[in-house]
Amino acid sequence: MLEQIEGSRAVAKSVALCRPEVICAYPISPQTHIVEALGVLVKTGELAPCEFINVESEFAAMSVLIGASATGGRAYTATASQGLLFMIEAVYNAAGLGLPMVMTLANRAIGAPINIWNDHSDAMAVRDSGWIQLFAETNQDAADLHIQAFRLSEEISLPVMVCMDGFILTHAVEEVEMPSQEHVDTFLPPFYPRQVLDTEEPVSIGAMVGPEAFAEVRYLAHAKQLLAKERIPEISREFESVFGHSAGGLISAYRLEKAETVVVAMGSVLGTIKDAVDDLINHGINIGVLGITTFRPFPLEEVYARLSGAKRVVTIEKAFAVGMGGILATDVATALSRAQVDQYSVIAGLGGRPVTKASVISLLQDAVSSKLDPLTFMDLDHEVVKKEIARMNESGRSGPPAENMLREMQLKTFSKQKERAASEEPG
Amino acid sequence: MTFKPIKFYQTGSFAVGNRLLSENLRTVQSDIARSDSLTLGHRACQGCGEALGARYALDAAMRATGNKVLATNATGCLEVFTTPYPETSWQIPWLHSVFGNTAAVATGIAAALRAKGRQDIRVVAQAGDGGTEDIGFGCLSGMFERNDDVLFICYDNQAYMNTGVQRSGATPPAARTATTEAVGSEPGNVFGQGKNLPQIAMAHEIPYVATATVSELHDLEAKVEKAMTIRGARYLHILVPCPLGWGSEPSATIRIARLAKETGLFPVFEAEDGEITGVSKIRHKLPVESYLLEQRRYAHLFAPTENRDVLDKIQAIADRNIVRYGLWDQKTEEDGNMSIATEQ
Ligand SMILES: Cc1ncc(C[n+]2csc(CCOP(=O)(O)OP(=O)(O)O)c2C)c(N)n1
Ligand code: SF4
Ligand SMILES: [Mg+2]
Repeated sequence: MLEQIEGSRAVAKSVALCRPEVICAYPISPQTHIVEALGVLVKTGELAPCEFINVESEFAAMSVLIGASATGGRAYTATASQGLLFMIEAVYNAAGLGLPMVMTLANRAIGAPINIWNDHSDAMAVRDSGWIQLFAETNQDAADLHIQAFRLSEEISLPVMVCMDGFILTHAVEEVEMPSQEHVDTFLPPFYPRQVLDTEEPVSIGAMVGPEAFAEVRYLAHAKQLLAKERIPEISREFESVFGHSAGGLISAYRLEKAETVVVAMGSVLGTIKDAVDDLINHGINIGVLGITTFRPFPLEEVYARLSGAKRVVTIEKAFAVGMGGILATDVATALSRAQVDQYSVIAGLGGRPVTKASVISLLQDAVSSKLDPLTFMDLDHEVVKKEIARMNESGRSGPPAENMLREMQLKTFSKQKERAASEEPG
Repeated sequence: MTFKPIKFYQTGSFAVGNRLLSENLRTVQSDIARSDSLTLGHRACQGCGEALGARYALDAAMRATGNKVLATNATGCLEVFTTPYPETSWQIPWLHSVFGNTAAVATGIAAALRAKGRQDIRVVAQAGDGGTEDIGFGCLSGMFERNDDVLFICYDNQAYMNTGVQRSGATPPAARTATTEAVGSEPGNVFGQGKNLPQIAMAHEIPYVATATVSELHDLEAKVEKAMTIRGARYLHILVPCPLGWGSEPSATIRIARLAKETGLFPVFEAEDGEITGVSKIRHKLPVESYLLEQRRYAHLFAPTENRDVLDKIQAIADRNIVRYGLWDQKTEEDGNMSIATEQ
């Protein structure tokens, strides 16, 4: 049924249709609306049997999920940013133990400086944790991916994280085709755990493993992710056959056939990029888009197949490895290590800075005319950074950098306002 | 029904053994049908109080629930010595996640069991003093506050033993650890720090809190069994001497645990809904030296010269406990031995 619905509510409803048995809630923007909505569904009895637990921290949330999953319970939570970092030891543990569960990550920047707005730093911080990571482009995707996530997670016994851009998706009211309970029940069988705490068949889970077998146990995690790479497209096709529309998969292509220049990106920014690309194509530029839906496991072969024929690839991403550069760009480069393709890494939209169509168009024009730096921070105010570096060189106590740079930005805004006022002054 | 007190002259305790008791009063450990929850093959040090405590507690929990126990375990000696891959000494379903989250993991198990309508299966969470009082405290307090249906057992050996005997929030004053060495003007752990977890647990007003030592098997088992009759968050704090960390003889573990109680340094009591409901009285009151002298972690208090000041301060702690918990009745001790009621 088509509904005008907030992204968070769509996800909450979608998760509820998956019949989770244990849900943990801990507030952090921008995911909070999701668990709030689920709390209501449990309290009214619409979602039953289900235990809704108000935990004291995200570390506890993930730990409760570990216990619930090991007891054969379908388990769910949502978090973002600092919350994900606070739970990180348990995040790795859940993956290491091979326990199925689903978590929504409402992508948000990581501090310091503290910032509640969207980027992908949080997801990237756990990219090596062993979780499967799926990225939603729209709220429709977000609603659909959660259903696929439970299926995938339980089939291969690994935790799955569904990433959706904080605020941009979580708080956006859009039209979403909401799945029916009947369809979800057809698509998602009851959870049959591979390992379970059972008084009839006692097992030890989480035993100490020394050098003699550690590499094998860890390799199995990798092998399972490779298996997931096979299952994800199949699950996506099965989803389409039940629900009547497509969602999920490893990658998404937009006007990619024979494109000379290809833009690679993940999440909601793909919408803006597609608009920009449409304009550029109208101006005679041969350009297309490759969206990464499954970031872990990374679809190396598919990326190679789609990009190796291009002349240049521009990866635009909302996070970066400090001291190194693009993260997604590095993975794309790995996929293209055997190909002759010019590669550009662009960092954009950090801490919620809008990624505007105008900026994307001008950036891509630079790329097409080979004027773009290999590593570019889009819309970065280099002057402010230079001033701060100068200040650091001048004084041994230059003060808190965030404060300094904020002040600098404000001064610039004032002087611009003054200039404008002066030019507008009559006579 | 009339009751006649009986006395056990040998030790003034139940320790004369089960032979003199009717079958229903005998310990779980004396029963050949005990579950052996933690069985042979583990790698604990000789005389490890923690291994003993875990075995006693879990076997008692198993009997009390008709063998329906799921256990979690924080990182620490107990986890490490029981599960080197591919062996495991656990005969019950057992889950280790990380160091600081065992209470929350147990909450998750209890929640899943509730969702599945399997409240006949009960959850026991286990951690050392570090995993309980320090790194695990946030999750533990949350579990208490929500009154989740979990029995949490702290095996208190008063330091981080698994990493080589470092100070924890449960390390007593003056005790030498690898991070409170017996050097300087105040050798060993400082005074005026540390926390009293049983009291903190009581402040959460959870239905049941108890302390015990591995020296009184009947008492320990009875407390576990009682805990298993209650729903909600329960906390059992067991003093478990550690020969390696305390510098004591492996053969002295039980005696040292008893001395901790008999000196008043470790109060053994029970509390329900935040109120103390019972204390185990000191039978033969002893000065703290009798306890300290058996442990090399306190050796600096006796050599090269006796440090009377510090010994007096430790005695003052014991004396305060004795008053605060009402641990000692002179009259009871003079009367000789403790008595129990038996059905005639
Ligand atoms: C997050 C984290 N920090 C530190 C450690 C290292 N560590 C493992 S066991 C342990 C000590 C455990 O002490 P306690 O809980 O008192 O148990 P014991 O070994 O004394 O029984 C420590 C510090 C760890 N495993 N995880
Ligand atoms: S170090 Fe202590 S607690 Fe650890 S196994 Fe040895 S005796 Fe037991
Ligand atoms: Mg300890």
